[in-house]
Amino acid sequence: MDFWFSEMHTNNVKMSIRVEKQLFSGTSDFQRIDIFDSVEFGRFLTSDGSVIFSEKDEFTYDETIVHVPMAVHPSVKKVLVIGGGDGGVARELSYYDEIEEIDVVEPDELFVNVCREFFPDNAKGLDDPRVNIFYRDGLRFLRGKQDQYDLIINDSTDPLGYTAGLFTKEFYGSCYKALKEDGIMVYQHGSPFFDVDEESCRTMHRKAFRSFPISRVYQAHIPTCPSGYWLFGFASKKYHPLRDFDPVRWEKRGLKTWYYSANLHRGAFMLPKYVEDLLIEEEKKN
Amino acid sequence: MTTCFFIFLGLERCRMNIENQKSAPVYEALERLRRQRIVPFDVPGHKRGRGNPELVKLLGEQCVGIDVNSMKPLDNLCHPVSVIYQAEQLAADAFGAAHAFFMVSGTTSSVQTMILATCKAKDKIILPRNVHKSVLNALVLCGAEPVYVNPDVDERIGIALGMNIDRLRETIEKNPDAVAVFVNNPTYYGICSDMKAIVELAHSHGMQVLVDEAHGTHLYFHENLPMSAMEAGADMAAVSMHKSGGSLTQSSMLLVNENINIRYVEQIINLTQTTSASYLLLSSLDISRRNLALRGRESFEKVASLAEYARDEINSIGGYYAYGKDLVNGTSVYDYDVTKLSVYTRDIGLTGIEIYDLLRDEYDIQIEFGDIGNILAYISIGDRIQEIERLVGALEDIKRLYSKEVTHIHNSEYISPIVAATPQKAFYSEKKQLPIKETAGKICGEFVMCYPPGIPILAPGEMITNELTDYMLFAKEKGCSIQGPEDCELKTLNVLKEG
Repeated sequence: MDFWFSEMHTNNVKMSIRVEKQLFSGTSDFQRIDIFDSVEFGRFLTSDGSVIFSEKDEFTYDETIVHVPMAVHPSVKKVLVIGGGDGGVARELSYYDEIEEIDVVEPDELFVNVCREFFPDNAKGLDDPRVNIFYRDGLRFLRGKQDQYDLIINDSTDPLGYTAGLFTKEFYGSCYKALKEDGIMVYQHGSPFFDVDEESCRTMHRKAFRSFPISRVYQAHIPTCPSGYWLFGFASKKYHPLRDFDPVRWEKRGLKTWYYSANLHRGAFMLPKYVEDLLIEEEKKN
Repeated sequence: MTTCFFIFLGLERCRMNIENQKSAPVYEALERLRRQRIVPFDVPGHKRGRGNPELVKLLGEQCVGIDVNSMKPLDNLCHPVSVIYQAEQLAADAFGAAHAFFMVSGTTSSVQTMILATCKAKDKIILPRNVHKSVLNALVLCGAEPVYVNPDVDERIGIALGMNIDRLRETIEKNPDAVAVFVNNPTYYGICSDMKAIVELAHSHGMQVLVDEAHGTHLYFHENLPMSAMEAGADMAAVSMHKSGGSLTQSSMLLVNENINIRYVEQIINLTQTTSASYLLLSSLDISRRNLALRGRESFEKVASLAEYARDEINSIGGYYAYGKDLVNGTSVYDYDVTKLSVYTRDIGLTGIEIYDLLRDEYDIQIEFGDIGNILAYISIGDRIQEIERLVGALEDIKRLYSKEVTHIHNSEYISPIVAATPQKAFYSEKKQLPIKETAGKICGEFVMCYPPGIPILAPGEMITNELTDYMLFAKEKGCSIQGPEDCELKTLNVLKEG
């Protein structure tokens, strides 16, 4: 049987994955969710036709977004994960004993439920006793929160879809306020490779750069993302991602990883020239 | 009293024939035409888009394919007898009116028709100052004389309120020869007047009641919303279907009640209306009417609950005042349209205009308007909770980052006009240009509007005062776009040579 899932990365570029079988399809107030089994990427989940994660490559994403800030901040006690209903980020966080509280804010209950059913290995992160799940809008949850979190991870999916509100100046502003005086926020930064995505990538950096005293961008290789190349933002009130990076302390933890390493940490911030150029261009717009 | 009102409304609703409302005659006629594949040797010259591929690329084949001319199967807006007439009848039924006219030149054309069909030269018409510029333009056209009823101004938020019934009674008694009373209901800000009492009072003095209901299309479709003009027994009402009704920009409707001579109104419409009405606009009116009739109640229930949620959230930020039913006082604010979201902003030290700009430039949020003290975010059947959260989040962030010390420079948007000549006489008089600082005491020869919201600060024929020139310069400095005068920089104003 010739059964393929396709996603348009631009009007002229299509990524396709051969599908063995569709396991789930459902629509919530927020999105249409589909789950497939595939030969190459294992089980994968899509939202409104875009791949959110696959078994094969989710480790690159989850490790990158969690271990980078955790290897910089000396003492993370309270973490807020916006989105993250699949549990992958919570799972990575749960390896750190010093964390006392992990708040996961996911608007879509259906998303959490299907992840629990079809991706138990990710979702086990949500069962950690330190995790509290809130089925709320991220911006709504943040409203009025002040000086509470050491780390905020914006794990929501799509700057153009229903989570668009989490890639805005008001979101960065709300995070700034909700963070303690030495807090860090990390967030998905999209990919600047295709022309259609470049503008939103620029805008995000401009907004974060204006909202936080320290704002750097780092990268990861994630095959199911458009162009396979994905950026993350590191916005911080006090700690610099390289100057305050403590590889010795992190390595002493002896965490088992597949993507992240102390070497990779430094490399992740060494960006291709064209990316560096466009980020600097945005910084100069202030 | 309230119970009776609801029961009455309930009966009104039942009168609308839901089965009939499922059809959309103009839309269906266009669909039939598309299937017939008729060879066009008539206008428009783009011939279903073939002659203008770039236009097709922009608008799509569906859209240019129904950009057609009036023809037998499609009726003619100049004198509707078939599908347009049927669609208008369905609209009349849905809105509880005797007849509805489809209008293609904005609610401006509906408003002008109401006035031109009611007033002749030198007739008096009673109206509040906070009318849309289209009303005063209509007075320039017909030569009628405006008699203003001063609206109350809310001291805290500085906006003109509804029509005070006692003040209307005084004005009517002083001007028993007036032919009509003109009312804005609801206002841009959502303020509603006691329509039923206004209609009774005006009718008992033989005056017609004309209602600018541009911001009130939805009132017809939910029993908990303030009373609509037709319900109250007004003679004519202009409804902006393209605002809360969901039709295309520039499409509108004029509703009339039983005692109105429909043929005469049609003649008035045809004085200025295009003879090539757009079927994109007409079909959008038809489809939107169907949607409102079948799903309006449910939609506006949702709109109202989104607006109420936003109001509560914004008020809990502190510093902002998102007003609602709490303004209701039984007179100048008889009722409040809860689908509106207006917020008073001066208590965080920022003008509405400044917040309007910040929202757009810094937060990528476009709101309807900002004036000296308020912003208005338009909430409609197209909104979702996510967007509301963004708006509230942005307002909170603006307060954190930009709030300033509170200043009270102008606590009022509304300055009472002194009419020295009719708008028509002033408009056509000889004028001279004077530096703005030297104009106090002269009669203004042109409109000055602060846009948005487009309510005149000065109209032709009105006395200029120092208070007015100060206000205009302040509004301009705060970023309002000044429209109307020849010199939009406001260095000079045109005044009448005589007087």
